[in-house]
Amino acid sequence: MNLLGKIAAPIALVALAACSNTDPSAWGSGGAGGAGAGGAGAGVASDPTSPAYFQQAIGDRVLFSVDQSTLTAEAQTILQGQADWLLRNVDFTATIEGHADEQGTREYNLALGARRANAAREFLISRGVAGNRLKTVTYGKERPIEICSEEACYAKNRRAVTVLTGATTG
Amino acid sequence: MMKFLTSLFLGTALLVAPAQAQNQPLRIEITEGVIEPLPFAAPNFVPDTPAAAEYSAQLARVVAADLSGTGLFREIGSDAYISQVSSFEAPVQFADWKAINAQALVTGAVNVSGNQLTVRFRIWDVFSGAELGNGLQFAGTTDGWRRMAHKVADQVYSRITGETGYFDSRVAFVSESGPKNQRRKRLAIMDYDGANVQYLTDSSAIVLAPRFSPTGDRVLYTSYESGTPRIYVLDVGRVQRRVLQSQEGTMSFAPRFSPDGQTVLYSLAQGGNTDLWSMNIGSGQSARLTNAPSIETAPSYSPDGSQIVFESDRSGTPQLYIMPARGGEARRISFGKGRYGTPVWSPRGDYIAFTKQNKGRFHIGVMRTDGSEERLLTASFLDEGPTWAPNGRVIMFTRETQGASGRSALYSVDISGRNLRPVRTPDGGSDPAWSPLQ
Repeated sequence: MNLLGKIAAPIALVALAACSNTDPSAWGSGGAGGAGAGGAGAGVASDPTSPAYFQQAIGDRVLFSVDQSTLTAEAQTILQGQADWLLRNVDFTATIEGHADEQGTREYNLALGARRANAAREFLISRGVAGNRLKTVTYGKERPIEICSEEACYAKNRRAVTVLTGATTG
Repeated sequence: MMKFLTSLFLGTALLVAPAQAQNQPLRIEITEGVIEPLPFAAPNFVPDTPAAAEYSAQLARVVAADLSGTGLFREIGSDAYISQVSSFEAPVQFADWKAINAQALVTGAVNVSGNQLTVRFRIWDVFSGAELGNGLQFAGTTDGWRRMAHKVADQVYSRITGETGYFDSRVAFVSESGPKNQRRKRLAIMDYDGANVQYLTDSSAIVLAPRFSPTGDRVLYTSYESGTPRIYVLDVGRVQRRVLQSQEGTMSFAPRFSPDGQTVLYSLAQGGNTDLWSMNIGSGQSARLTNAPSIETAPSYSPDGSQIVFESDRSGTPQLYIMPARGGEARRISFGKGRYGTPVWSPRGDYIAFTKQNKGRFHIGVMRTDGSEERLLTASFLDEGPTWAPNGRVIMFTRETQGASGRSALYSVDISGRNLRPVRTPDGGSDPAWSPLQ
């Protein structure tokens, strides 16, 4: 009946208290809130040197088939327009975002988004845009532009978006 | 005693038997085959001191919830009790517990002195009238009372099933809020049952897929705080994090610790191509493990650290492969219909859990390490990202619902496919990572 004496196993408590007092905002910053939205100032679409013109008149995104990173003829036409614009507007740099639809695991879609962003980047480079002006980032399925769970939405989410990031006079 | 043990062992045997009896992939419906759970009673613990009174019911409730939550036990509520337990030392009135068919009885006492809390407990086989194992005592501070209850429940579970428990464990996960196209994600950690949620990051940057170190003191995760996905290691106790070294122009994600905690396996995307790498976390020295134009991602070590299971689309669709830990020739282990991803080696080494996508549905499944005995445990619009309970008997995963209002939540399921349950989180939840037993 000597229960207490049998095994005493004190618990080493994990120090949780210190954490809850930490203000998380003090060490979190940056990140990718508005993926897909123009990074640089938009300007007006009537000004052919403006990011707004790039987005709306040239087209800032290309779409892909399921699991594919191959550029369609339509995508190549849009990217040709992007390349021409970037060659005319040399003050801009760009980050190409690769995205996937939600039909896939998180990890696979990150890799797939990287492939898509790179396919667009390689095309722009092949048309004369300097590689050091073009960064890539993959968002996988983290930032869909359309949120329905149907092919109509998935088709728009499987995309590479060229986001202008460079200096602009607005 | 004999009868008591037999009844639950029989249950365990039934759980496992269908898998061993068949070589063909077996689909187990959640609703199929009901095991009769073992009835038990867990009356309020006896308070030794007036200050202990507030814990007397709470401790017993957490113990009971842990046991009932496994689906292997069924609590008999206090309204059925014939006698009460008012003294921890007094002889148990077995006849009164037999009469209400409680096969197991957990009795406990709690003492509070200042901020120190001491819990004593005993486990009884009611029908034989014998004590099951020895009484034990746990002591700690009062704010750790839930952990002590989990430890009691782990003892009950372990003594009755013969398996290690998993209740005194934590889960790191991504807390989610907002619509799909503006989802806010924060790294969080909680007890395995959803209690004591603590946030480790704010929602200013996307965070993904936390993974525990083998000792549970550190968490690896992927964050966009620098603008591109990079891997961070976070000291859970101090809530301090640092970024792992990475080459300019690359993206890294899908990290996982080696069993010795010294090495991080991860995916690195460079020039559009994703391969597997490892890095010594102390020296920062990295090594490339695969070199192919296909996607290689979601790596996981075997418990002995000698092999790696991972996902690759080298065959044209994502499938599972195993290769030596230092890289080298990989053999494919998934051959069923559909696409396979996110393989995770069981802590016991016996199974690999995975995500499977087939005909527009997602499943969590398990297979032997040679790919045999594939069993799908779940089916829904989107299930993914399994993580193992420390005892290798239960899997937690992410389930996301369909459509514009789709929401993600954590669920758990037995490796038998039974006992599918939502795991409570304050907001949406995804990417669970189960800690080792504390």
